[in-house]
Amino acid sequence: MDFPIFHLDFMGDRLLIAIIAVLHVLINHGLAVGFIPLVTWIEYLGFKKGGKNAIVNNEWDQLAHRLMTVAFIITTTIGAMTGVGIWFASSLVNPASIGSLIRVFYGAWFVEWTVFVTEVVLILLYYLSWKRSLGSIEAKAKHIKLGAALSIFSWITMSIIVSILGFMMDTGSWVENKTFIAGFTNPIYIPQLAFRTPLAALMAGAIGLFLTKLFTKNGSSFQQDSSKKIALWMLLMLPFTLAGALAYYFKIPELMIGNLPVAVGTMDFQSWYDLLVKFIIGALTTVFLIAGTVYFKPKLKIPTIVYILPVIGMLGFAGIFERIREFIRKPYVIGNYMYSNTLRKEDYPLFKRDGVLAHATYSPVKEVTEENKLVAGEQVFMISCSRCHTTRGINSVVDKFENMYSLKAGEKLNGDLMKNYIKHIENARYFMPPFPGNEAELGALVEYIKHIQEDGTPIDHQATSMR
Amino acid sequence: MFNHILLQTPVPRDLPLDLPLPKEVLIVLLVFSFLLHILFVNLMVGGSILTLWSQIKGLKDKEYDTLAHEIAETITVNKSLAVVLGVAPLLSINTLYTVYFYSANALTGIFWISVIPLVTVAFLLTYAHKYSWKILENNKALHISMMGLSVAIFLFIPLIFLVNVNLMLFPEKWNTIEGFAHALTLPNVFPRYFHFLLASLGTTGLFIFWYFGRKSYDFDNHFTTLTRYEIRKKAYSLTFGASAAQFIIGPVVLLTLPTKGFSWHLIFTIGTGVIFALPAMYWIWKGITGKAEDIANNFWKVALTLGLTITFMGSGRHIYRATALAPHQKLVEAKTIAYEKEVKKATEEMKNAPAEKPASDNPGEAIFQAKCSACHAMDVKVVGPPIKEMVSIYKNDAKGLHDWILKPGKKRPDYPQMPALGLSEQEINDVANYILEQK
Repeated sequence: MDFPIFHLDFMGDRLLIAIIAVLHVLINHGLAVGFIPLVTWIEYLGFKKGGKNAIVNNEWDQLAHRLMTVAFIITTTIGAMTGVGIWFASSLVNPASIGSLIRVFYGAWFVEWTVFVTEVVLILLYYLSWKRSLGSIEAKAKHIKLGAALSIFSWITMSIIVSILGFMMDTGSWVENKTFIAGFTNPIYIPQLAFRTPLAALMAGAIGLFLTKLFTKNGSSFQQDSSKKIALWMLLMLPFTLAGALAYYFKIPELMIGNLPVAVGTMDFQSWYDLLVKFIIGALTTVFLIAGTVYFKPKLKIPTIVYILPVIGMLGFAGIFERIREFIRKPYVIGNYMYSNTLRKEDYPLFKRDGVLAHATYSPVKEVTEENKLVAGEQVFMISCSRCHTTRGINSVVDKFENMYSLKAGEKLNGDLMKNYIKHIENARYFMPPFPGNEAELGALVEYIKHIQEDGTPIDHQATSMR
Repeated sequence: MFNHILLQTPVPRDLPLDLPLPKEVLIVLLVFSFLLHILFVNLMVGGSILTLWSQIKGLKDKEYDTLAHEIAETITVNKSLAVVLGVAPLLSINTLYTVYFYSANALTGIFWISVIPLVTVAFLLTYAHKYSWKILENNKALHISMMGLSVAIFLFIPLIFLVNVNLMLFPEKWNTIEGFAHALTLPNVFPRYFHFLLASLGTTGLFIFWYFGRKSYDFDNHFTTLTRYEIRKKAYSLTFGASAAQFIIGPVVLLTLPTKGFSWHLIFTIGTGVIFALPAMYWIWKGITGKAEDIANNFWKVALTLGLTITFMGSGRHIYRATALAPHQKLVEAKTIAYEKEVKKATEEMKNAPAEKPASDNPGEAIFQAKCSACHAMDVKVVGPPIKEMVSIYKNDAKGLHDWILKPGKKRPDYPQMPALGLSEQEINDVANYILEQK
């Protein structure tokens, strides 16, 4: 890639994006898209229960307001900033891929932005006008409508972003015709959306049930009534989430066919896939048991700590799906167009012919010589490996080789074996992109990795990188 | 040798994808969405500073504590809008100036990404501060220091952005700049920083004037001794003072800019902006010195003319950037075209090259070389066991070998797991036969 290279050599660049993105998705699904309809519903129930003499039933209205306070504070701080953070982190780590995505999806993102601005204005209005809405029946009815509008806008925001996520996994016909519509209507769009919508609602239910337990008086009849309603919400969303998860689950292998040899859906992937099944069963069973108990046996005393289980289960459930989504994208960052090292597939013949260094603007060396081979090796590492691997940190390239060759402590790596391995890497590990460079660069890279293994430290000459 | 290369201006390639919209449309979107974004950033930063100032003053005069609380209420709204409105200019600058913006980001990487946690903390602090007014009534030191920390963060963040927008203007520095602290020394960072702070104070002054002057604002319910007029007069004075200071800092900003982006077009645009500011200054002065009941007479005219000033300044900012980067952009474009030609050529060459002779006439051996040799050798263990060992295990069990290759896994505790290879039935048989032939 033709940008100065930003590299975090301890935590790894992937982890930076992962932390920010997963946090954002969990907050977006659990406290916005799924949560706001839930709050609005509870507010509506309080409005209905208001009776003849009052505008609302205070207990219900206060519960809705408290739940919304949590959502408001978290979504407008951590939620909003991690959303921007995804832009910032990916512009640092994968400028070529995020830059390409923006050029394809500028229109979608611009529309998304206008929806998003509306969403923020609505959330400010909805939360900050709560007190005022208690002034009259009309004001309250209007306020509830505001909540419904906000719910719709949050969902639209998500539905646009999901298209872009789907595109990164499977570019569909975009690679051939490079039009916006071809990118937007990629084949995995609908399954993803059908899955994420009830998932968000269920996550919100789990969080809502837990918070309700905290916010209401233990053993009170209001606690039972309100928890029962939220449990009902969860039980209703459960079959849809299960159906969505299964649809997604069966769609994944089909997707892989586009990227990978047919028989590959085994082992490495299978272990993730099995884990996924465990998470589907585990999380949804927990939700079912606890929501079911709360709904059918409202009087049963359950300790608060148990209410955390569905929350953890649902967060893990959503997290593992994000992990799988990332996993099946490999070896690409943009399906069939750009590898996860952010080099374009179509550039490979040129790199094979001239080497990657010859076309790396920021590399201080353009050709491997006997004198510069460590500097060159480092540059090759930065260009072709560093987006996913570190030298000695998380997902270290040295560890990978040591483990693969089952080396004992103190044993040295064998350069010839490594060369042969890297040359065929895409055959041995289908999730790895092929090595882009020429013979000499391969030699320099291997020398560099061996040097790190022996020396323990990356070399000092990091002219345009690792700042 | 390295130094020689380092001293050259890097000319990277652009992304070989078309712009999503005509360039002019993107520029208009960039300039206007940025102005909208920066307006709310100004109100967020200015509002926080005024809250802090007013709350400290409120230690002696309770009325100012109330004023601080009232201003703090507006920060929550303004900061949310500032963030969400920032996305459009971010997208637009990423699209129009892909090479420049991302390069500047990467060169100041750690600071660039720390914008996210820092602003998150500042936002959380503004909420904590706003909602703990009563709870911390008797612990003002703690309460005020929350706002203090938040203001400190808000005052630091603009430096990160200014370093980035400065660095993107100077590709000739990219090879020699070493991180954020070094980039702070670019000639134009601090003048622009003070320009921004003054703008924040000036804009917030106008906002406060409007906010507390609204008919719907229940003034008497909040304040007893402070009057609407006093607050408005203070707010107007702030705007007047900050704008007057801009007449000094503005020329400094202009003169510290490297000459490469200068043009008469730029001078004309900025000059027009200055001209619009003059009547605004006159009306504000008249408001401050005139009768109490007349203070708001020209408010909308002031807001409009200063709005025009800001629009012209924002356009000037873009004109400088466009002029400064035009020659480099031409080089980048030429390099991108040349590079794409080479890509096509290399691809053709590869297609037309005589098909590589398979490593062996034996199809099984050829497959072994391509798909297995990364991990398996004849006599020694590489990643997995050597061929000799495979033969000893499977010599009477060809089907067993076939099944293993079809669906491999992990058998030995001290070896890593073997991945599936995606071979066809024919290929599996060929390679299995080849293996078993090696005795």
